[in-house]
Amino acid sequence: MKKKIISLLIAVFMLLGLCACSDNQGNQNSNRSINVYNWGEYIDQSVLDDFEAQTGINVNYTTYASNEEMYSKIVSGAASYDVIIPSEYMISKMISEDLLAELDFSNIPNYKYIGDEYRGLSYDPDEKYSVPYTWGTVVIVYNTKFVDAEDVADESIDLLWNEKYAGNILMFDNPRDTFALAHIKLGNSMNTTNPDDWIAAAEELKKQKPLVQAYVMDQIFDKMINEEAYIAAYYAGDAMTMMEENEDLAAYVPREGANMFFDSMCVLKSSQNKEAAEKFINFMCETEIAVRNAEAVWYAIPHTAAYEALDPEQSEDPLVYPPQEVLDKCEVFINLNQETLILQSELWINLKTQY
Amino acid sequence: MSKNVTIGNKKVTVTPFASWMVVFVLVPMALVVYYAFTNADGSFTVENLKWIYTYRSTMFLSLRLAFIATVICLLLAYPIAYSMSRASEKIQRNATLIIMLPMWMNFLVRTYSWMTILENNGLINSALRTIAGMLGTDFDGFQLINNRGAIVLGMVYNFLPYMILPIYTSLTKIDNSLLEAARDLGSNGFHVFKRVILPLSVPGIISGITMVFIPSISTFIISRILGGGKDYLIGDLIEDYFLGNSGVVNYNVGAALSMVLMVLILIATFFMNRVDKDAKTSGGGRI
Repeated sequence: MKKKIISLLIAVFMLLGLCACSDNQGNQNSNRSINVYNWGEYIDQSVLDDFEAQTGINVNYTTYASNEEMYSKIVSGAASYDVIIPSEYMISKMISEDLLAELDFSNIPNYKYIGDEYRGLSYDPDEKYSVPYTWGTVVIVYNTKFVDAEDVADESIDLLWNEKYAGNILMFDNPRDTFALAHIKLGNSMNTTNPDDWIAAAEELKKQKPLVQAYVMDQIFDKMINEEAYIAAYYAGDAMTMMEENEDLAAYVPREGANMFFDSMCVLKSSQNKEAAEKFINFMCETEIAVRNAEAVWYAIPHTAAYEALDPEQSEDPLVYPPQEVLDKCEVFINLNQETLILQSELWINLKTQY
Repeated sequence: MSKNVTIGNKKVTVTPFASWMVVFVLVPMALVVYYAFTNADGSFTVENLKWIYTYRSTMFLSLRLAFIATVICLLLAYPIAYSMSRASEKIQRNATLIIMLPMWMNFLVRTYSWMTILENNGLINSALRTIAGMLGTDFDGFQLINNRGAIVLGMVYNFLPYMILPIYTSLTKIDNSLLEAARDLGSNGFHVFKRVILPLSVPGIISGITMVFIPSISTFIISRILGGGKDYLIGDLIEDYFLGNSGVVNYNVGAALSMVLMVLILIATFFMNRVDKDAKTSGGGRI
């Protein structure tokens, strides 16, 4: 029904001659342009220029702040994208909903560089839909100038609930990552489907809310670098970028565990330029490009040759490439079932409407 | 000019506007109503409306903040508009330009820049800290951001021009001879203002209030940037249901909540129009 309404609306637009149909057709015929949809602050922008110069394919690059935002934009049909870079749980959800195209790996010869341990992971077991882009864990970033050494000595997740730092703590502005932190604190799996676990986690977050300065995504960079806040949980690569900008920042993977994520490049089934999209993915996997990109974003890369070429300062950093015993404590998100998603949504809105 | 030609011309001139309104106002509004009264399968239901009750505290908070912002805008805008309308033509031109100038910049950029001003290490607090340091005292800084005051400030800053300009326009339209007549008939300055200027500027006040109140009550980005994303306003809630930031996309609940907003705005506009009409008739009578 929704689709019918939307198509009706589109039909109305077309009748009035308001649509940009001429534009679309241009794309289809010439393969001159692809739409890439990626996380914010997650690429070396100069790489895009190189791709355009080398292939003559125009890249329309747009960003999103969370997997959920990306997903809803795509299912609403409001915009058409070719390449997206979701996290593992979102990939499995999108595969199950038949939104992703099977890749033609003959167009992506550079896939050979992807390390074995990053292939055929549970979200794409048959290596059909995705090419790993980066991976990493969630870490806790703190400012050594303001946070006492004894409070971080045990490298615990509890730092995020420490009342001493009320008003100086930043949390994710998306429910999946935020709830995961509360699940870890309670010693539960972040993929739990037991409603009681979720309600308990929500209680923890409600207790924490008065201590939280703000729920943010990309704004976290400014706030941590300018010492506006002292403590935050965020993705490792971005944490490294912040630490580069402000020497007083440090980070750790909580000893209780953390979320480990794999973000992979996928092509949408609705893509009109699949070949160009695959060219783009292949280009991103060229060793020289992958190195440059990794040096800009500071996330761990699954690209074996590029990893070898990295500056040891990066490739031996235990926050970027944590040792196995740390990774063993980490957990990867699994796509939650619909009931749990609904519960999560209700609890999250409840948290935000508790005044 | 014959009658027929006039009608023909009218049709021609009205068509672009009318089709614009149908496609971009009426059709979307009809879609909102449709989604509000259907469930995911597309069958009729009033289930979605129960969420309005669930989120009543969010509604009240949004109403309250929008109301405060509108009142502050009115109190700030009227004196500005009044002194502008009394000033020389050159000053009027420049003042209008200065008021419009920030609007040439993107709304988001303007709101982000307030973050830099209000933060604990922002412009205001750093300046105060420097002064305190020179005086040899210690100053922790004021909490200026991530609270409701900052949200209201964001609304006032962003929407103030929409209050000033209509009031200013209505004030400049007042015929000077009316004021002279009032004075000749023995009114003092206060009475001239109260009985002539104020009633005649009511249409400007009304459109100003509408133009500030409506974007204030439906804003979502100001609360996120300046409010720290801690307290949802009704706009945040609607965005969340449409974009599925919380993990679930639900157009139906989102539409039901949007419908409340539409109804609230329609009611407000209706009352405003009535006040407007009353003011016009009674004001005219008095003069």
